[in-house]
Amino acid sequence: MRVEAGYDSVTALGTPTETAEVLAKPWTLLERVQQVLHSYPALSPTIVLLGACAVFGLLNERFFYPANLSLVTQQVAVVGALAVGQTIIILTAGIDLSVGAIMILAQSVIAQVAFSNKVPGPLALALGLAVGAAAGAVNGALVSRLKLPPFIVTLGTLNIFTAIGLLYSQDQTIQGSNLPDLLNWTGTIVQIGSFRVTTGVVLMLALYAVFSVILSNTAWGRHLYAVGDDAEAARLAGISVNRVLMSAYVVAGIVFAITAWITIGRVGAADPNAATNANLDSITAVVIGGTSLFGGRGVIVGTLLGALTVGVFRNGLSLAGVQNLYQTLAIGVLVIAAVGLDQWIRRVGR
Amino acid sequence: MSAALPLEQPLPLPQPILEAHGLFKSFGHVVGLNGADIELYPGEVLAIIGDNGAGKSTLVKVLTGALIPEAGTIRLAGQVISFKRPQDARLLGIETVYQTLALAPSLDVATNLYLGREKRRGGPLGSWFRMLDWVAMRRGAKEFLKALGIETIQNISQAVETLSGGQRQAVAVARAAAFGTKVIILDEPTAALGVRESNQVLQLIRDLRSRGLPVILISHNMPQVFALADRVMIMRLGRRVAVVTPGTSSMENAVAIMTGAKQPD
Repeated sequence: MRVEAGYDSVTALGTPTETAEVLAKPWTLLERVQQVLHSYPALSPTIVLLGACAVFGLLNERFFYPANLSLVTQQVAVVGALAVGQTIIILTAGIDLSVGAIMILAQSVIAQVAFSNKVPGPLALALGLAVGAAAGAVNGALVSRLKLPPFIVTLGTLNIFTAIGLLYSQDQTIQGSNLPDLLNWTGTIVQIGSFRVTTGVVLMLALYAVFSVILSNTAWGRHLYAVGDDAEAARLAGISVNRVLMSAYVVAGIVFAITAWITIGRVGAADPNAATNANLDSITAVVIGGTSLFGGRGVIVGTLLGALTVGVFRNGLSLAGVQNLYQTLAIGVLVIAAVGLDQWIRRVGR
Repeated sequence: MSAALPLEQPLPLPQPILEAHGLFKSFGHVVGLNGADIELYPGEVLAIIGDNGAGKSTLVKVLTGALIPEAGTIRLAGQVISFKRPQDARLLGIETVYQTLALAPSLDVATNLYLGREKRRGGPLGSWFRMLDWVAMRRGAKEFLKALGIETIQNISQAVETLSGGQRQAVAVARAAAFGTKVIILDEPTAALGVRESNQVLQLIRDLRSRGLPVILISHNMPQVFALADRVMIMRLGRRVAVVTPGTSSMENAVAIMTGAKQPD
């Protein structure tokens, strides 16, 4: 047996046996959960959504009626579609406060040229998409060329695009009946079994499907993650960071213009004051969906789950007879919980 | 190979593969490079040593297109070149392992190895829909790691952030070795590593040299530099002050020149 002093000096240096013990220490249950959630970013929003559905189903049996679930998807369609574009931008470590404003601007253009200038539906839609892309390009240029913080840029363009949209539409609501059929197409009911959804909902789901493939299976999609993760590392690794940022905002702008089409179908009119809360609601959906606001982490399916979770919370709480303001309060708690969970998951292996 | 040449005689040096002269680069009031020169000959390991702020990393970044110099010329195999961005250097076969590694932590090993030069699928799926060929990239990534004897990374689809410091360094070195066709530059490749992992990286450098690839190595570790390099370039205050050969010059001498305690002969 060695003397105590010798033993102490050995442990102070960190003997191989001690290191081996530290390594061999089994993971705690919590650490395992953390690792699994880290590997599968869509898992936590899935659990939250299923849990919410279970609770609201128990509180009120009407929750699971097909008619009610169909209603939830329709309520989610607009914010859900906007959140596709928002996710693309947040993945690059950006943020877009002007999503709703771009959408309203595109909607105003689509409706005004179709109604006042009698432009045919497809052309009106194409003009709307071009306006969305141009608005995104303004944000993208300010962020990537002038290196201004996305938060400030889009705070500014939120006001600018909102004002232009209202000026252009003269704050007029144009009823769907005065618009070409193509523009109202997104309001068409589709019967799937006992569910009645709109083509707008289908279009939103299609956006998720398409961008899910693009983000994980194209170089552009992977570069969005690399840029959001560490822009300087991405630059040194040979990625044109500015080009990636610019294209992210332009593609998001096009998504917002497609959302304008969905909104016309959902509202049954082109209302420049529709979806005033859409800016922040889209960020809420992304955050609850597990995409990190620091960029580079998250999956777009998570955003769909996040948008559905917000819809389910609002619907379930109102079925349970909870006042509107308490619903908003609950969503707020949910957002903070989601960000807290994201921070905890990100600490894995650090 | 220059290492095999008798170093006592004046070397019958061939044309440098990479050379730069009179490089200037400043950052506001701080002068990074103050007329720096460098010549790298085919098949050699050239080490660059210097105190903190001597301009080593700045020189590397200028040679790899990460920084644009205010003055000076860079030649690759005799041709004058100018880089606007890191891609330009990569396209010409100059690969770099930066001090920061330049990896995307949340992406997997295979994606990082092919970052910026992804393989696309054949047929319309690749050319029209620009779909990535994961199978080929994962296979290629495995081969890169195997070729360099990196066996510690088991799972090629593991996120880089879940790897140890040494494994991350190995990924960065593997990427440079896999795509470098002219020059490989390593900036402090063993700074974050333990003894065993450092030795692996040193072995990698020897392997690169035996494949005929010239290597520029920046390191603070003098014994390492003197064990590995064919020539040692000493930088001080943004310029080259001396080039010594480990066979004829002592480590103390190099350190004295580096710190300014001694004027180069």
